[in-house]
Amino acid sequence: MNARIDMPLSRREFLKSTGALIVSAAMPALIGEALAQAPGLSARPPLLPTELDSWVAILPDGKVVAFFGKMDMGQCLDVAIAQIVADELDVAFEKVEVVMGDTALTCNQGGASGSTGIFQGARPLRNAAAEARRLLVEQASGKLGVPVTNLRVDDGVVSAIADPSKRVSYAELIGGGHFNHQVEWNKQTGNPMDIKVQAKVKSPSEYRVVGKSFARRDVAGKVYRTAKYVTDVSLPGMLHARVIRPARAACTVADVDESSIRAVKGARVVREKDFVAVLAAHEWDAVRASRMLKIDWNHAKENPFPPMAELHDHIRKAPVHKREEPVKRGDIGGVFKTAARVVEAEYEWPFQSHASMGPACAVADVRDDGVTVWSGTQKPHFGQLGVARLLGLPPEKVRVIWVPGPGSYGRNDAGDAALDAAKLSKLAGKPVRVQGMRQDGIAWDPKGPACVHRARAALDASGKVIGYEFVSKGFSRINIQTNESDPSHSLVGMSTGFPPKPNDGFGVPAESYGFENKLLAWETIAPLLDSCSPLRSAHLRDPVGPEIHFGSEQFIDELAAATNEDPVAFRLKYVTAPRDAAVIRAAAEKAGWRPRSGPRGARSGDVLTGSGIAYAQRGGTIVAAVAEIEVERKTGRIRAKKFTIAHDCGLIINPEGLRYTIEGNVVHGLSRTLFEEVRFDREKVTSVDWLSYPILDIADAPEAIEVVLINHPEIAPTGAGEPTIRVIPAAVANAFFDATGVRLRKVPLTPERVKAALARA
Amino acid sequence: MASIKFAVDGKAVTVNADPSMPLLYALRNDLEMGNPHFGCGLAQCGACTVHLNGEPVRSCVMPISAVAGKKVTTLQGLGTPKKPHPLQVAWVEEQVPQCGYCVNGWIMTAAAFLKKNPKANDAQLREALAGLKCRCGTHVAILRAIKRAQQQMA
Repeated sequence: MNARIDMPLSRREFLKSTGALIVSAAMPALIGEALAQAPGLSARPPLLPTELDSWVAILPDGKVVAFFGKMDMGQCLDVAIAQIVADELDVAFEKVEVVMGDTALTCNQGGASGSTGIFQGARPLRNAAAEARRLLVEQASGKLGVPVTNLRVDDGVVSAIADPSKRVSYAELIGGGHFNHQVEWNKQTGNPMDIKVQAKVKSPSEYRVVGKSFARRDVAGKVYRTAKYVTDVSLPGMLHARVIRPARAACTVADVDESSIRAVKGARVVREKDFVAVLAAHEWDAVRASRMLKIDWNHAKENPFPPMAELHDHIRKAPVHKREEPVKRGDIGGVFKTAARVVEAEYEWPFQSHASMGPACAVADVRDDGVTVWSGTQKPHFGQLGVARLLGLPPEKVRVIWVPGPGSYGRNDAGDAALDAAKLSKLAGKPVRVQGMRQDGIAWDPKGPACVHRARAALDASGKVIGYEFVSKGFSRINIQTNESDPSHSLVGMSTGFPPKPNDGFGVPAESYGFENKLLAWETIAPLLDSCSPLRSAHLRDPVGPEIHFGSEQFIDELAAATNEDPVAFRLKYVTAPRDAAVIRAAAEKAGWRPRSGPRGARSGDVLTGSGIAYAQRGGTIVAAVAEIEVERKTGRIRAKKFTIAHDCGLIINPEGLRYTIEGNVVHGLSRTLFEEVRFDREKVTSVDWLSYPILDIADAPEAIEVVLINHPEIAPTGAGEPTIRVIPAAVANAFFDATGVRLRKVPLTPERVKAALARA
Repeated sequence: MASIKFAVDGKAVTVNADPSMPLLYALRNDLEMGNPHFGCGLAQCGACTVHLNGEPVRSCVMPISAVAGKKVTTLQGLGTPKKPHPLQVAWVEEQVPQCGYCVNGWIMTAAAFLKKNPKANDAQLREALAGLKCRCGTHVAILRAIKRAQQQMA
C-alpha cells in the first residue's frame, strides 16, 4: 500500500518542482527528500514567515496555492481562506487551493485553536495575497509598458484599462516560480503570527468573493469516502499498535509477561519504563494481543480520586492554587455590607470528555534521516516540537502532516497518539500506526475541567444591582497544555520520565454588564493526580466557556426573577456595549420573545413548556440564544424544541458555512448540558464507552435551529463557532426555570435531577 | 485460521482469517478498504456500518465467519460520485458532515430504512436512527438531508 496523500497533480508537481514536497506514489516524504532540490528549477526559499513564498504561490496553470498554518476541521475554514485570498489577488474563488497543517509546507500559525482561524489566521494570508498582487501588477506594468495605475486585474489577468488587448496573466508572469520577496514578520509564532506588507489590502466594499456562501470542498470526499483520514494512512512494512493504559490510575509497571501473548503469532511487546504497547502486522492481532497481555501493575497511590458524589465538595474545600481577578471595580466588599438585599447561588459542572467519534490515531515513520508523523492533531507544528523533544532530535528532522481525524474539539487524545506513534516507531524500528480503543478516547483523553461557580449580587432598596461578584473555582483548563510541544504534557512523555508541568488557568464571564461594583475572578485547585491522570484537565471546545456561562447567565436570570423583571429587558438594562444589546434584541425578536416578570410555566399537566435566553461575548464575537424546551414531568426528560441564535462576528466571510458551524455548536452544547458527565470511582474513570458516557441521541436533537447572522463589514472578523456553545447551557436552564419555576444548578440536567428538583418544588 | 468467501460491493473476495475476527478488520486491513471506520468496536456508534444482504450491520462486532457466502455493501458500494445514492447527493447538498467520521452509520442505516419506509416521518426517522452517534452535532442537518433525499426518491 502507498502513502495515501492525495493531491491534484498540478499542485503536487509544482510542489515537487519547487523542492517543497516530494510525496512519491510509493513512499512517504522524508525531510531530506522534501528539502532536496529538483535539478534545473529554482529553489523555494526556506519556509520562513518572512518569505512571501511561504504564504502564497502561483502555479503554471494560473492556480493559486495558499499555505495555511491552521486547519479546517469541517467548519468551512479553508473555503473562507480561499475566499479571502481570491479577493485580494483578484482571481476566481475556484482557482485558490489551500494547503493546511503540514509542517514542511506551512508556517506555525498555531494550528486549530480557539476559533481563531479567520480572526487571526487569515491576516497573514490576506496580507500575503495583497502583496503578491502588488508585485505581479508591478511586473505586468514593466512588461506591458503601462503604469500600474492604468492596469486592472480580472481573474488573474492583468490588462491595460484603456487597451484590454495589452494583457498578461499571473501564470505568464510567475507561474511555477517564486517571488523571492521579503515581508515583515511580527516575530510572533502561533495564533498571533502576522506579516506586514507594502500593499494595501482591500476595503470590504471591494470584496466580490468574501461574503458569499461557497460550498465546502471536503464534503463530497467524506460522503463518498474517497477522502483519506489519518486512520487510512498506510505505509509499507507498517506495524499496528495498541498502547496499554493501566486498568486503574496511578499505576506503574512492575512486570510485563510477554509470554501471555504467545498465542498471537508475530505480535510483540515494546516497553519503555511505564509505557507499554503491543505491535503486530495485522491490526486484529494487535487488538487481540492488547486484550491478552498480562501486566503486573504497582499501585503508586491508593484511591487517588474522591468519591464522585463528593467531587464538587472537594473543589470547594481544596486549597486555592492560583487566583486571578481579571475584572475588579468599585468597592465590592463595602457594597455587600450596605445592600438592601443579597442574592446568592452556586453552580456545578462535571468533568467532560472530548469523546471524539473515533479514538485518536497516528502513523509515524522514524528513520535515521528523519521522522514523519501523520496525525489528526490540532497542532501539527507544536507536535513537531513535541516529537523532536521526545526522541531527542532537532525539530527540522521531524515533519508532522495533519490529516483529518475522527473529530477534534480541543486537546483531545490526538495529541497523545502522535507522540505514542513516534515513540513506538522509534522503539520498533519500523513505521507504526497506533489507534486507541473506545476507552482510550473517553476514559483517557484530557478532560474539560470540573468546577464550581459562586455568584452573589447586592441590590439596593429599589432592586437595582449595585454589586456583582462571580468567582469560578475548579481544575485548571491547562493542567495539560493546549498543545503537545513538550512531552511532559503527553501520556507517553509522563510514562517515560518527563516530569509533569502543570499550569494554572481558568476564565471569567465575558459580557458587558455595567454593574458599578463588580468582581469577576477565578481560582484553580491542584489536579487530583499529578502524572498520567485520566482526569487531567485541558482544553475542550470553548475551554471553560459553557462551564462559566452556565452559571453566570443563569445567575443574571435569577437576578431578573428576583427583581420581577423580564430576562431580556433586565439584560438590556445593564449591558453597556451597543452591539451586545443589538444581538440580544435580535435573538428575542426572531424568537418571538414574550416578556415575563417571572416563570410563566403552567404548574399542572404532564408537559411543561418554557423559553430562556442567554448571551455572551467571546473574543470580540457576541452571541445570544433563545431556547424553547419541553419538560416531561413523569420522565424528567428535557426536550429542546427550538433554538434561535443571533450571532455577530463582525464581517461574515461565508454565511452558510457560519450557519452550519453555529448549528453544530448548538447541538454539541445541548449534549453537554443534558447528558455529559465523566464518571469515576476512587481509582479509575468508569466512563469507557457510549453507554457509560452518554451523549445526545438524534431523538433529542432540536426540531429547529434558527440563526440570525448580523453582518458588520466594517468590523474585522472575529471567531465563530465556539462563541455559540457557551450560551446553550444557560439558555436551556433558564427555559427550564420558565417552564417549572425551579432552578437546575448542576450539569448535566439529567431526568433524575429534573424529577428530584420538581419533587422539591 | 479459516478461508472465508463473500462478496464486497459486487466483487467476490476471499479472506484468510481468525473466524472470530470482526468483518471491519477484514474490510480495512485484509481488503484494504478504508471506508468503514472504527468508532467503538462495541456496536454503539455506527461508524463501521455496512449492509449484509441489504440489512445494516455493525461490522466491528460481526464475526467474519458469519459473513461467508453473503453480500457486503459498503458506503463506497452504495454510490459513487458518478452514480450516487440519493442520500449521498442530499448529504453533499446539505453540507452535512463536519469531521465526517460518522457518515457511514447514518447513510447506510437510513438507506436501508428508506427502502422499506420511503415516506417515514420525522418521528419515525428519529426512531430508526436511534443509537447512531455524531459528535460534531450535525443531527439537524442529517434530518434535513434525509428529508431532501425522500423528496428526490418519491
